[in-house]
This record gives sequence, C-alpha cells and structure tokens, in this order.
Amino acid sequence: MTEFLDALRSPWPWYVGGPLIGLTVPLLLWLGNKSFGISSSLRHMCAALLPEGAKPGFFRYDWRAERWNLMFTGGLLLGGVVAGLLLANPEPTRLSAAGMRSVQELGVQVRPGLVPAELLDLTQPGVWLLLAVSGLLVGFGTRYGGGCTSGHAITGLSTLQVPSLIATVSFFAGGILSANFLLPLFMGLIR
Amino acid sequence: MSRASNIPVADIPGVHSPAVSPTRAATGMLVYLLAGVYFGVVLVKSEAASWYRIQEMFRFESFHMYGLIGSAVLTGMLTTVLLRRGNVRSRDGQAITVTPKEQGWQRYVLGGLTFGVGWGLSGLCPGPIYVLLGAGLWPILVVLAFALLGTYLYGVFKDRLPH
Repeated sequence: MTEFLDALRSPWPWYVGGPLIGLTVPLLLWLGNKSFGISSSLRHMCAALLPEGAKPGFFRYDWRAERWNLMFTGGLLLGGVVAGLLLANPEPTRLSAAGMRSVQELGVQVRPGLVPAELLDLTQPGVWLLLAVSGLLVGFGTRYGGGCTSGHAITGLSTLQVPSLIATVSFFAGGILSANFLLPLFMGLIR
Repeated sequence: MSRASNIPVADIPGVHSPAVSPTRAATGMLVYLLAGVYFGVVLVKSEAASWYRIQEMFRFESFHMYGLIGSAVLTGMLTTVLLRRGNVRSRDGQAITVTPKEQGWQRYVLGGLTFGVGWGLSGLCPGPIYVLLGAGLWPILVVLAFALLGTYLYGVFKDRLPH
C-alpha cells in the first residue's frame, strides 16, 4: 500500500508527461471542436465579472458560449487539489546540479513543494511586487499575443501555425531575459 | 447553468453549433471539467508546474522541459493529423476543424515578449496559476488578480496598440 502511494506521489519523466500534455489537443477537438488554450479564461472571467456599463468592447460578447473553457479551468484547480495537495511529491524537484546552484544563488532553498516558500511569503513587500508585476504582464501579454504556452506552444505549433511559432519564440526570449536578468534584481528586494 | 440554455448562442470562433438539449449541455460541460482535472494532474506530475523546472529551462540547465514541450508538440501534431486523415468526427458528429490564428506578427512579438517577461519572473504561466491555487498555494491569488487586471488593461488599450 505504501509502495503504491509512493508511486502515485512520485513525478513522471518528460517522455511520459509530454505525450500526455500533447493528447489534450486531439482530446478537446474530439470532445467538441475546441481549440486548447488556457489564457482565454482570463478574458471570459473579465467578461463575466465586469459590470455591463464599465465594459470595454473587448469584453462585450456572450461569454456563456465559452463556458467550456471556464469548466476546464475549474478542472485545473481540482487537478491541483488531487496531484498537488493530496498526492504531493514529498521530495523536492530533482534539479540538475547547475539548476540547483542557480536556484540557490537566487537566494532560494530547495525544499519539497512546487514553488519555494521564499516567493510565497506575503509579509515581504518584494514578494507582492514580484507576484503583482508578473501577473500583470502575464495577463496583458497573453491577451495581446493571443495566447499562452497551451494555446500557442502546444496547440498552435501542433497545428503548424506560423503566428504561434512567432509568439512561442517571443515568449521564450522574454522568459530567458527576465529569469536571468530581471528576477535576480527582484530577488535582491526580498529579505 | 439552466439559465444559460435560454440564451441564444452567438456564432463566434471556436463554437460551431449550440448544444442539442439542456441535459446534453450539462454532461457536455462536465467532460471539460474532467479534461481540466486530467491536464492539471499531468502539469503537476510532469513538474511543468514547478517553479524550479521553469528556472532550469530558462537557464538551459536541464533537458526536462524541452523534452516535455517537444514531445507534447510532436504528440499533438501526429494525433491531430490522424484525426483529420481518418475523417474522425467530433463527439457530436461534426468535422474536426482547427480555428486558424489571425495573421500578422507585431502582436505576437510584442504580446509574446510581454507574457514571457512575466512568465520568467514568477515561473507561472496561466495553467500553473490555477493548478497551484488548487494545490493550496493561496498567495498565487495575487498573480491571478493582477493577471485579470492585465487582461482588463489590454481590453482598454487594445485599439491603441500595434497588432
């Protein structure tokens, strides 16, 4: 029994996880001709939450017709409860030696869990700043660029769409820049 | 949900026909919840939702995320081709169609860069935001709240941005 639980709790190698991620594309097409993409949910939530009078035109559409996307999002939360809480991996992420060094240089300890405790400590004003700036850019950028990792990198590349290739290259470039040069500055403000 | 069935469904991209009946609509929606659970579990188990893995990826210090994304794209590509070649129909009998992305490049470069900078900062793209909230990491609510604000601001400034 404990061995069974251990197996459920341990992470999967990339060659198991990757194909299972990719299968989401045909799964949603088969379920109802839906294009897999997660960041649209942020738009639908805005459309659902904003009062009618204060809505920019971008949010004036029948968001209920896109309920499937919000249901999928609810599923992500539940998936997080199951895999991230109930069956959480008791071991830290098994980083490469170089990855381990970089993360420690950022001032973060490698402990079990998916996000380091240092980045979730809301008593630190620097953490608020980091999370707020990041969220703002993710929300603005995904809508401006018309999608995130799921919509462009997974769905768009799988279906050979040039705009998605441009978007994917761009967001990787942005991520490389900010993780290497901007994040260390933010981390200097924390603690 | 029962209220929604009275509202006429507009013909917008990604939605090809209204649901057949209210019961069908309800079960129809439930499968998307299950698909989300599936994807959420995979994101955690494959460690794509791990901040540590994202940092490793953006520093080219491990193959894990590249293998993960590469094999995901390859699988998506092959299975989508098979669906189309085999003339497989969707659950409600429609031909499988992929909504093409708008042409152009400016919005993809500028929007992509903006999203990327945000992603590199917290290691969170939209999927993991939800998954990690589910895992009980409630400070990530700050990221979600500001992501909604960012989305709203795009809606406000949309017409003044190059696309």
